Amino acid sequence: MHGYLELIGIAVMAVGFAVRANPLLVVLIAGFATGLVSGMPPAAIVAEFGTLFVENRYMTLAVILMLPLIGMLERHGLQERAEQLIARQRAATAGRVLLLYSVVRQIAISLGIKVGDHAATVRPLVVPMAEAAAKRQLGAGTNAGDDRPLPDELSRSIRAHAAAADNVGNFFGEDIFIAMGAVLLMNGFFQSVGMTVSLWALAWWGIPTAVMAFLLMAWRARALDRHIAAHVVPVRRTDVPVSSR
Amino acid sequence: MKSLLTLEELYVLCGVFVLYAAVRIALDVHHPRRWGSAAFWAMLGVLFVGGKHLPPFVAGCAVIVLALLVTARQVARPAMLAGGRESRVAEAQRLGNRLFWPALLVPAIAIIGSSCLGRIHVGGMVLADPKQVTVLSLGLAAIVATMVGRWLIRADYGTPARDGARLLEAVGWAVILPQLLAALGGIFQHAGVGGAVAEIAGKILPTQYAFVAVVAYCLGMALFTICMGNAFAAFAVITGGIGLPLIVQQHHGNPAIMAAIGMLSGYCGTLVTPMAANFNIVPVMLLELLDKNAVIKAQAPIAAVLLAGNIAVMYLCVYRF
Repeated sequence: MHGYLELIGIAVMAVGFAVRANPLLVVLIAGFATGLVSGMPPAAIVAEFGTLFVENRYMTLAVILMLPLIGMLERHGLQERAEQLIARQRAATAGRVLLLYSVVRQIAISLGIKVGDHAATVRPLVVPMAEAAAKRQLGAGTNAGDDRPLPDELSRSIRAHAAAADNVGNFFGEDIFIAMGAVLLMNGFFQSVGMTVSLWALAWWGIPTAVMAFLLMAWRARALDRHIAAHVVPVRRTDVPVSSR
Repeated sequence: MKSLLTLEELYVLCGVFVLYAAVRIALDVHHPRRWGSAAFWAMLGVLFVGGKHLPPFVAGCAVIVLALLVTARQVARPAMLAGGRESRVAEAQRLGNRLFWPALLVPAIAIIGSSCLGRIHVGGMVLADPKQVTVLSLGLAAIVATMVGRWLIRADYGTPARDGARLLEAVGWAVILPQLLAALGGIFQHAGVGGAVAEIAGKILPTQYAFVAVVAYCLGMALFTICMGNAFAAFAVITGGIGLPLIVQQHHGNPAIMAAIGMLSGYCGTLVTPMAANFNIVPVMLLELLDKNAVIKAQAPIAAVLLAGNIAVMYLCVYRF
């Protein structure tokens, strides 16, 4: 036993990511530090990186070969079509708008299609739709009509939840598609330690968590709708802020 | 038995495509980091085309240069978009849901291919090496879907290559991070990092209980991801250190279930860390929120419950299947 000196690589990574150094550089330095303390000569470490990088080419292969297809579809309006489909839905509440977007994002990415992100979809499309729905919700309870602006606190809450809807859909759909970095990374890790694990099994077992994530998003969306509904009853707009969660 | 199709042919094709992207950058006089970016993609292309024939030391040096080019901020993407927004909206109107078909074709072909290709024999040779058949089918599926898609939407022949190259630049250097992290995992394995982490975990935790091993792994993934802001990086460390030795080797758990749910436990960490700035901090600015942690606060309940759910599902399944 060498003691715990081999763990230096983990320390390097923690510090490297903490100071926001470039991840590629952090990984290389962590590899060198670990190799050196375990007695590998520098040239052998370089060669090891070379061998393992070449061996793991297949991870990047599937991702790169998908790019011409996706690039072509994007030029011909793939994202815009998805946006049209989402915008066409007249979801009744802000929470349902967010849930719908989240699930579309999740299903799309589980097929390898990236539908927008915070800049491309959430800000220009999802937030306006959710805010419009929230205004309808507020208007429905009173006779004030739709032109009344949303209370700032409510608007901010909707926007934060919209960002969350994007992240949740994105993260927990991704691992179902076998050409995604995550699934290929897991497979490559097992190969590097001499084990064979099927890509399909890795993708399949991402499904339970994906379903749970959807249900949790539905729960949060309902909570948001209830939060909005709580604003209907108070008489004044400048009322006491309803306890935010 | 020899196989007719191997991944090597696809590597060459992929490398040629990356080289094409490099040439396009080199010819683009308006590119903000013309030569650095061209050099980066050219070297990656060479690693793909000639990887098998390059001496390991030379390949290793090339990998180091790739990382240095990125660190020196010599690799950038041009500010170009795919056509005008109006033309894309018009195309979306014209093509409708036909746009989704080629994308749906990829998983369909990949599934059929990976169940058939390894069993077809041609003149004493198997069509595809059964060990590589999944990735091989996936690569072929992408190529076939591209050809079908080009015909279906009546794009011209150059479009997939041109727009693929544009997208490659947009994805940028991050495309090689998983590959590099897998290489790091291999070096950690060599050095026995996993064993050392497992030993420490064994000293502080009663890891003879299968449930404790699952909790340690899932929590470890989440906490490490919170610290690093990157679940991919945490995966190599925590799986090598806790997952493999404790769940798989000691308690004979299923590695696929462990890894899949473990990675997603890491994502629960991503939901609550400001280190993952792209996901949690950039939208705060984009959506003009006052509270810097507003997105994290909106996500925290989901992350907490989902992590608990992951632990439960992993414990119920990993030792059973």
